Amino acid sequence: MKLKEMKVMTEKISRKKGTTKKTRSTNINEIDKNTNNKNANSKNTNNKIANSKNANSKNTINKKAITLTQDQYRKAKHIQNSKPIIFIGMGTCGLASGAQATFDTFRSEALKYKLDIEIIPVGCVGSCFLEPIVDIKLPGKARVAYKQITSDKVVEIIQRTLQKEEIIREWVLGKYPVEPSSSDEDFSDIPLISDFEFFKNQKKFVLSRCGVVNPRSFEEYIAYEDGFKALAEVLEEANPQKVIDDIKTSGLRGRGGGGFPTGQKWQFCRDAQSPDGQKYVICNADEGDPGAFMDRAVLESDPFSVIEGMIIMGYAIGASKGIIYCRAEYPIAIKQLTNAISICSERGLLGKNILNSGFNFEIEIKKGAGAFVCGEETALIESIEGKRGMPRIKPPYPATYGLYGNPTNINNVETIAQIAKILNYGPAKFAEWGINKSRGTKVFSLTGKIKHAGLVEVPMGITIREIVKIGGGIPNGKKFKAAQIGGPSGGCIPAHLINTPIDYEELKEVGAMMGSGGLVIMDESTCMVDTARFFMKFIQEESCGKCIPCREGTRRLLEILTKLTQKPKNDYEVVDRMKSMISLKELAYVIKDTALCGLGNSAPNPVLTTLNYFRDEYEAHLYENRCPAKACIGLLSFRIDAEKCVGCGLCKLNCPNDAILGEKKQAHYIVEEKCVKCGLCKSNCKFNAVILE
Amino acid sequence: MSILSFENRNKKLSGGLKKLMPAKISDVLSRFKQGDASELIPVLQAVQSEYGYISEDNTYEIAEYLNLPSSKIYGVATFYAQFRLEPLGRHVINLCTGTACHVKGSEKLIPVFEQELKCKAGETTKDGRFTFNLVACLGACALSPVVNIDSDFYGNVSPSDVKKILRKYK
Repeated sequence: MKLKEMKVMTEKISRKKGTTKKTRSTNINEIDKNTNNKNANSKNTNNKIANSKNANSKNTINKKAITLTQDQYRKAKHIQNSKPIIFIGMGTCGLASGAQATFDTFRSEALKYKLDIEIIPVGCVGSCFLEPIVDIKLPGKARVAYKQITSDKVVEIIQRTLQKEEIIREWVLGKYPVEPSSSDEDFSDIPLISDFEFFKNQKKFVLSRCGVVNPRSFEEYIAYEDGFKALAEVLEEANPQKVIDDIKTSGLRGRGGGGFPTGQKWQFCRDAQSPDGQKYVICNADEGDPGAFMDRAVLESDPFSVIEGMIIMGYAIGASKGIIYCRAEYPIAIKQLTNAISICSERGLLGKNILNSGFNFEIEIKKGAGAFVCGEETALIESIEGKRGMPRIKPPYPATYGLYGNPTNINNVETIAQIAKILNYGPAKFAEWGINKSRGTKVFSLTGKIKHAGLVEVPMGITIREIVKIGGGIPNGKKFKAAQIGGPSGGCIPAHLINTPIDYEELKEVGAMMGSGGLVIMDESTCMVDTARFFMKFIQEESCGKCIPCREGTRRLLEILTKLTQKPKNDYEVVDRMKSMISLKELAYVIKDTALCGLGNSAPNPVLTTLNYFRDEYEAHLYENRCPAKACIGLLSFRIDAEKCVGCGLCKLNCPNDAILGEKKQAHYIVEEKCVKCGLCKSNCKFNAVILE
Repeated sequence: MSILSFENRNKKLSGGLKKLMPAKISDVLSRFKQGDASELIPVLQAVQSEYGYISEDNTYEIAEYLNLPSSKIYGVATFYAQFRLEPLGRHVINLCTGTACHVKGSEKLIPVFEQELKCKAGETTKDGRFTFNLVACLGACALSPVVNIDSDFYGNVSPSDVKKILRKYK
């Protein structure tokens, strides 16, 4: 009976190329039937395998749902496509650069030109500065990527590339390699996209599918890099302990901040006894670090990898429930995840009896409500339980007492997204990358004063200098001053330590931390005291208020730093500034030692590192009321050079607070009390008459 | 400065604009399991997306439905940045003050916005036209400084762009 059905199905598929909808529904029926059969046979044996420790016997599973037919594979890989395919990068950064307009224009213009094309929205390849990126695959040709395709360039692409099959050289970013097995024609004179300067020294592992595959397509996930193969093997081998051992071998450590060995964490949770047999796995997608967005990119561009990773994690630990805790600020990520979860449920990869293996697992999305502290494990658990996101006292750790009092394992998106890939690639081979105890790759979101901002994935052990080089260096001929790594919990690495390698321990040694991967580059025009104040302001606002060192301590730190960035009004304030400066360091260490959670413990890091490496700047603020970088607006004043001013009135016109006075054709002047120091007058003055002091 | 538009982004970000015909509170609540305290945050999110904010009356309704003290609802609603206890303006401005935007000078935009709007950050203008918020990070760091108004995003905003941007919203 089953065999017959299968035959009918494959026939149907081969007959109806392209009508995926039809084949999909038959596929689902097939699985439903299978699951029903199996369910009847193995009642009450759910999760038996996951919980049993001896597991030498192989499990027979039904791989049908994750096996592609030849046609499906060719379609998913776009081999020998019959009509032109347009891929448009529509992650948040793509959209923020106008990808939606490009998409709409392509659609409307294609109708006008009576072109039969397929438009596929893809995620983000990481080179945000080149967005919107549009890839074009002409029928039977290699896929070519164009950069910065705003809507005004669409018509030219249609006329030249789609109609005349001409590649527009000046817009080309690179081509994708053609499938070895296909007869697609290659463009021998166009360089590969992976040879492009920005990508050349990167090692794409976590991000390998991002921006290449359609994040909504189940088939494409399977076709590219063997999606769900790792899961099938794990279920087939039916040895959860081996999965954990593999992860231990790989040397993978948590990518969310702390860098705790992932395998060990899983082991704790697997070994923990649960009162009612329930365990949970949680994916921490509450990426709250300002300046970090790699988790968003992964969720938006490759949601299935997170789902597969979670199922494997659940299987290894013996959990039947998974929760993805995602920021509400990431609506596109939530949309892609919801879609991926519903497809997986339809195909029998989530729910009861996954792939006929007897393992049950479901995933639920919980939307965060905007609290940085919820990135902390126990605070996140509190938030899922519907409470204020305040961290719990540890121990007990979540591995023994987590969500609703049950053993819970929490990992971050980047960690989970590479689980399947590590198992596919081979844990031992994965462990070859990197240095010391830091293995594999790390994704950084490179922003700030850098030419090429975006996501970079590099092998561990690479130096910060090399990452800055990947980003194209500092714009406008300015000098590198510091790299802020690890978000508000991290530290600033000064220019003389630019050769520090990316390694959990080495970074800790210089006072910073790996963090989740925000890397903000600063140049001479960034004031380090102001930076420390900025982070302290952020932490102070986000401090949950549970423990006193963090709640009160960060407020005092912020007060001290704010005083430093403002001119003292009288003698009393001068003395006060001096006095508080003396206690700054001591206060920072008290918070570091006594705060309850990771947020508080690491809160003084930005202050301590800047104080350590940029003491001269603190002194300039304190003794001379001067900000060397000219960034602290409280210490600056704008003045109009009466000799240069011709009285054109442009500054007066643009001043938001009417702080500029003066008659036409006569020198103007600025009323200091009213000036909000926005710098509009300076940027609008055509005669360089506005001086910043 | 670059402009772009995408649907619903802001709706979820700020909890949503006030709908013309909001559903009854009992209808909103009935989507959730009664008495399940862990549903509190999703309930608050649903209520806010329906009414634009969480009113005092609704707090009591939620408390009764979930069988929680109303003080607890207030506690949770004030803890998370997403929830508002006061109605929003017609347009919501979110100025990003994340690290990347800060380094690129988003702080200089604050006084400009405040002057133009005649209201402080976190407040709504007197005519109910704008609500001006500072947010931690919009995740579009490569285009910093970023301003988001309703469903539009503006990248690389300089102080001189502010007037021009605001003029588009009535």
